[in-house]
Amino acid sequence: MKMLQAKCPLRTLLIAVVLFAFLPGKAQTDLDALMMKKNRLCAGFMYVHNSWDEYWEGTFKRDNLNLGTVTTQMIGVMGAYGITNKVNLIFSLPYVKTKASAGTFSGLDGIQDLSLFGKWQAAKWKAGKGNITLFGVAGISFPVSNYTADYLPFSIGLESKTLSLRVIGDYDIGRFFVTGSGTYTFRDNITIDRDAYYTTQMHYTNEVYMPDVMLFNLRAGYRHSVLIAELFATSQKTLGGFDITKNNMPFPSNEMNMTMVGAGFKYDMPFHKPLSVIGGAGYVVKGRNVGQSLVLNGGVFYVFDFSRKTKSAESKK
Amino acid sequence: MCSISAAKQSLPNQKNNAIMKKIIVYIYLAVAVLPLSCSKSISDRSHDFPALSPANIDLNAGEWLPILLTGPTEFPVEAPAAITTPAYAAELNEIKGWQQSLTGEQKEKIKYWSAGAVLRWNEIMRQLVAKYNLPPYQNPDGTYPAPSAANPFAYPYFPFANPPYAARAYAYVSAAMYDALVAAHHYKKLYNRAAPYTVDETIQAYVPKSDLPSYPSEDAVVAGVAVELMKLLFPTELAFVQEKADEHMRSRIMAGANVRSDIEAGMALGKAVAEKFTVRARTDGAGTSGGNPTIWKQMEDDCIARGEMPWISQEAPKRPPMLPLFGKVQPFLFDAADVVNLRPGPPPSTSSELFKKELDEVLWYSENYDRERLRIVHFWADGIATPTPPGHWNAIATEEFIKQNWSEVRWARNMAILNMAMMDAAICCWDAKFAYFNPRPSQVNPKIKTLTGLPNFPSYTSGHSTFSGAAATFLSHILPSKENTFQAMALEASLSRLYGAIHYRADIEAGLEVGNNIGQLAIARAQSDGADQ
Repeated sequence: MKMLQAKCPLRTLLIAVVLFAFLPGKAQTDLDALMMKKNRLCAGFMYVHNSWDEYWEGTFKRDNLNLGTVTTQMIGVMGAYGITNKVNLIFSLPYVKTKASAGTFSGLDGIQDLSLFGKWQAAKWKAGKGNITLFGVAGISFPVSNYTADYLPFSIGLESKTLSLRVIGDYDIGRFFVTGSGTYTFRDNITIDRDAYYTTQMHYTNEVYMPDVMLFNLRAGYRHSVLIAELFATSQKTLGGFDITKNNMPFPSNEMNMTMVGAGFKYDMPFHKPLSVIGGAGYVVKGRNVGQSLVLNGGVFYVFDFSRKTKSAESKK
Repeated sequence: MCSISAAKQSLPNQKNNAIMKKIIVYIYLAVAVLPLSCSKSISDRSHDFPALSPANIDLNAGEWLPILLTGPTEFPVEAPAAITTPAYAAELNEIKGWQQSLTGEQKEKIKYWSAGAVLRWNEIMRQLVAKYNLPPYQNPDGTYPAPSAANPFAYPYFPFANPPYAARAYAYVSAAMYDALVAAHHYKKLYNRAAPYTVDETIQAYVPKSDLPSYPSEDAVVAGVAVELMKLLFPTELAFVQEKADEHMRSRIMAGANVRSDIEAGMALGKAVAEKFTVRARTDGAGTSGGNPTIWKQMEDDCIARGEMPWISQEAPKRPPMLPLFGKVQPFLFDAADVVNLRPGPPPSTSSELFKKELDEVLWYSENYDRERLRIVHFWADGIATPTPPGHWNAIATEEFIKQNWSEVRWARNMAILNMAMMDAAICCWDAKFAYFNPRPSQVNPKIKTLTGLPNFPSYTSGHSTFSGAAATFLSHILPSKENTFQAMALEASLSRLYGAIHYRADIEAGLEVGNNIGQLAIARAQSDGADQ
């Protein structure tokens, strides 16, 4: 258990990066069952490479020679801090760059959304030979730059302010674990640069209604000592929105759904344990109004321990 | 299985944890309630338009100059039954029957249509254009299927409501509405039948009362035109259009503004007038404006023979150019022979220094976009799945026109001239595009990346600029106090194409100039139709 709590909990960010991935995505955090110990900060950089050359127009799967391969790259700064052993604060801030390999469209780049999440280890109990742990996560995200959402698939994000509530359940037995989570994300309306737009009817406003989103994630694998290795499946469902019509461009309030499977690892450097590297890959196997993304990610994280300082400060009192 | 005691045992500091738990619960409650209390409802400008209440009913509009009609009596309207007859009394009873139990939804429909028949049908047109403004998806062999009016429900659906198609559709519908209203006003004045709410005091007016005679109904005339012309323009939407027309007509009866015979006479008149426009449309040249591979090749060869670099489709697979013979379509405001006279001089030669300079300018905007220019590009893009630039100018005009408290017939007249000007702008612009066959900047320099969709036709002149010049010039004549605003909009719309890296400066300058010239011709029409006397 000690081992578990020392882990940096940022490994699972990758999935979230393609969440809304027609295209770019959103750096959300934390779908796993790890916590930072009190007064410890795990922080680092994550690189994500998301690319697709086929996408779904509604349910119609196609390629587009005027786009070729659409690539979204992200470099994120992120961290998790242990307020207590059971309450963590998690943040992330990505820079996103989009590009097409063919056609005339220009990509865009910029700083996307700041995410701030609180994670609480709510309960833990023994179950047979293993342990069950329950977590609650709540967080917000909002754009920190004035980017446009209405230029998909080259927008760097969807611009919507969000509020997410998540429940995570984890069961571990020996060196093996399985973690499941469900997330409900409220999305605020966005404003676009046009003063009218067509969805399935005309709207004479610059404001766009963004349907909420649900996400389910299941992951399982090996978790012991310096290594975590896992497989995961995740499913995103937009609770409303409309399909891209034939040969149309995507729109921020499309019904973007997807199922992705993948694998990931985290490895603590044996020569210097606070330093860890992560890596992973995911692939969209089923989608609607999204690209069939292949997502590759890698990151470097470091655990800073502030607990000694705090202790000495406390002892002075 | 788990037990509470087991769970408690695993908690080292129960007290702290309880406090923390409480805090977290509160936070959760707060964040859970917050989004539910925040409304996500959106206010739509169109939804809030006020009821039309004309300051001047333009009773004498029957004397205004029609566009295609030989005169207001070309399609005769029979005298209505006198208001003293049992037939009329029965019609009043229908209204009373409706008004006994109007639902909230019915009142909502009355309110919607009360904003104005010309306005609402113009909006419906814009919606249909946006829905059908999608280029066909390619065949497996890399060729493109063409929409077929004979088989409109088969993909690719008919029509592809691209900017020239849309400009023409707006023009025909607006012009026919105007002509039909001129005729209607003639008979309104002649027969002088008062509205039901004036004839019978027990009938409530759910729309602003008007002294304009109600036979034939101006709303029905407008709806009749729309229903009839949609058979030609949006054949797959006839069920939708008919449903809207039925709702519209019912709302007028429910509102106490028309009896059924007002509606029926107006509908018949509107359809008859529209049929005359349909006949014109079938032979105006638009049907063959797609050309064929021989013509496309000839245009390319002619360009090469002039020593210039020809336009090549930048789409993959290469798509045939959009309506290359649209420049041959019969204009409304001038003769087809005048199109060549309105054609601007040639663009800078593709081998000239000036061309290179302008190309470099486009590259600069491509590589140095900023947020404000991106806003301008996207605000004016009016690309696929939008009502197109002419539709955008219809929306701009609409939102200014509602402040003027005009009669339906004056609305129709101004919309008609505006849209005829933009259709003629499309004709002149397409004439220039295919006469010069000038390449797009990103064709000449592949380093140029575009910040909006690259249109699939030659560069010179800019369609946006031509449409905007024509619209802004005419609207400035109608609403002189807004001249600076309209001209600034036209300039911004034009520059948006340079900022988006899809047009050279020469394209937008020449486009604006030709647009302004067409706008002047529209003003000349407005000055001679009798509406401003």
